[in-house]
Amino acid sequence: MAERSVTVASSVGLHARPATLFTQAAAATGVAVTIAKDGGEAVNAASILAVLGLGVSHGETVTLQADGDGADTALDSLVDLLSQDLDADEPAT
Amino acid sequence: MSITLVGIAASPGLATGPAVRHDGASNATVEPAATVAAASERVRDDLAARAARATSAEGRAVLEALVQFAVDPELVGGAQTMVDGGTAPPEAVRSVAAQFAEKLTSLGGYFAERAPDVIDIGERMVAALEGRAVAELPRPGYRHVLVAKDLAPADTATLDASEVLAIVTEQGGPTSHTAILARGLGIPAVVAVRGAREAAAGQDVIVDGDLGEVHVAPDPTLITALQQREERRRNRVSKTSGPGRTSDGVDVKLLVNVGTLADASAASEVDAEGVGLFRTEFLFLGRTDEPSIDEQVESYSQVLSRFVGRRVVVRTLDAGSDKPLPFLGLGEEENPALGVRGLRTAVSKPEVLDRQLTALASAAARTGAQPWVMAPMVATVSESRWFAAQARSAGLPTVGIMIEIPAAALRAHQLVAEVDFASLGTNDLAQYALAADRQQGELGALLDPWQPALIDLVAAACAGAERVGRPIGICGEAAADPALAAVLVGLGVRSLSMAPIAVNDVRALLADTDLATCKRAAAAVADAASAADARQAVWSVLKL
Repeated sequence: MAERSVTVASSVGLHARPATLFTQAAAATGVAVTIAKDGGEAVNAASILAVLGLGVSHGETVTLQADGDGADTALDSLVDLLSQDLDADEPAT
Repeated sequence: MSITLVGIAASPGLATGPAVRHDGASNATVEPAATVAAASERVRDDLAARAARATSAEGRAVLEALVQFAVDPELVGGAQTMVDGGTAPPEAVRSVAAQFAEKLTSLGGYFAERAPDVIDIGERMVAALEGRAVAELPRPGYRHVLVAKDLAPADTATLDASEVLAIVTEQGGPTSHTAILARGLGIPAVVAVRGAREAAAGQDVIVDGDLGEVHVAPDPTLITALQQREERRRNRVSKTSGPGRTSDGVDVKLLVNVGTLADASAASEVDAEGVGLFRTEFLFLGRTDEPSIDEQVESYSQVLSRFVGRRVVVRTLDAGSDKPLPFLGLGEEENPALGVRGLRTAVSKPEVLDRQLTALASAAARTGAQPWVMAPMVATVSESRWFAAQARSAGLPTVGIMIEIPAAALRAHQLVAEVDFASLGTNDLAQYALAADRQQGELGALLDPWQPALIDLVAAACAGAERVGRPIGICGEAAADPALAAVLVGLGVRSLSMAPIAVNDVRALLADTDLATCKRAAAAVADAASAADARQAVWSVLKL
């Protein structure tokens, strides 16, 4: 079981565009990845509804887990994604 | 024969055109989707096709987000698991969608705003399973007023602003999807208009998004009068910019409300004099642990740095059992609006407020900004005194209180004497004055900011603040209505904080009105017997 913890850098947290980009990337890894907040319940990282349901805010730490072939590569790429402010180039509303 | 339907003004402006009815459900039948997965695919394909035709970048983004919900593996998988266990597919889809929606609602803020989307997707999948076609928005090929029961999120995204002149809905409130969409598109909207589809379909209508009225089959004199009013408004708005003041030179600060970092960035571009209400909840909602002081300093600095040299009024955490924050240790309450919320949470957990004040003082020092800080839900003199002491000892010299409880409005001279300024929160003040829960959609009319009793309380608070020589401002819906803003100025208010979109209209009306007229407008409310009377009387004083 591979595991990584990462602090969410996006200013809106895991919501809107950052949540969409994250779940799409998680699905694209082809590996079953879970995401959890503060030792809470681990949910399917490829599910936008489950990820939104965690209610992750900016600056909170989440834990990603995956198993099997490609797990480490998949988690590294997702950690990299969450460490960026994914909302940065969105037009102001 | 002209008839007038009354609803709630949701997006300002005036538009005239033929009403075209939209009925959400369609009578057309299609081949029922055999499985939950097939329903998901059908909804996905439908929404993706709409996204390709979307009329704006925002609309496309909304639809693309909905597509993601439609194919969500937990939604589809969860429903399928229930079907395998013997539940009928439509019921399974509704049940799983409702669970996700409930979860999002409980998180509040941004997350809660997505809950209607999940329900919309669930209903679309159910329609596919039951073989019902989803009704498209009407496209009559001419410019029209769209009249619907309510608009689904996916509808609003494909709405063609070049063809839709205005929106009227039977349901919804001033903060519903429809209202937000209409304001974004800059078209008038009136919501919560009972019987609108029956009364208006096929007729010419005037939608008055300022007064919240829909005139069906208006006579020519009314049309002319309203068109002249709209022309005067456009003229006014096009002429003004810069700091707010009345025509005789009384300064009235025009400020904006900010609830997120993104708001702050947008607000810093608006032609306004600062922020009259910086809601700090966004940092706290949906969290199990309190944000650290460092994180708070970081976020506050991001906002303050955009307004150095301008006013920023920061409201300390306004939470309660309706927006549960585990670290506040609040229990379940029967009536959250009347429970431990706002400053009251600091009684059991003063350290959360202490840390917030410390973080604000650090952010002020770091950015060179001079934030004003105020507490929500202050009811008594001792609470006001206590908060002032806390804030000043944290190193924040300019301290204020929100006046949103009738008790505080009536005793304002004593409460405000303890601090440097006051800000009226008219949304909560209306809720408490009229005993009408803000969450109860059907009580919307009682929460009309033109309710004379509400304005009486505002007048009492203004008189109290004046007696002790402290400035008083407004943050709340009331400040965004130009005519009501004139009343408030007449009562003694010298700063108005509102949504950025309202600033130009308010500035323009004040620039055309002198203080004596504002005072006459305020006096007119005192004699009014209803919200509608009050507005009518003020409009006539202001010659709108």
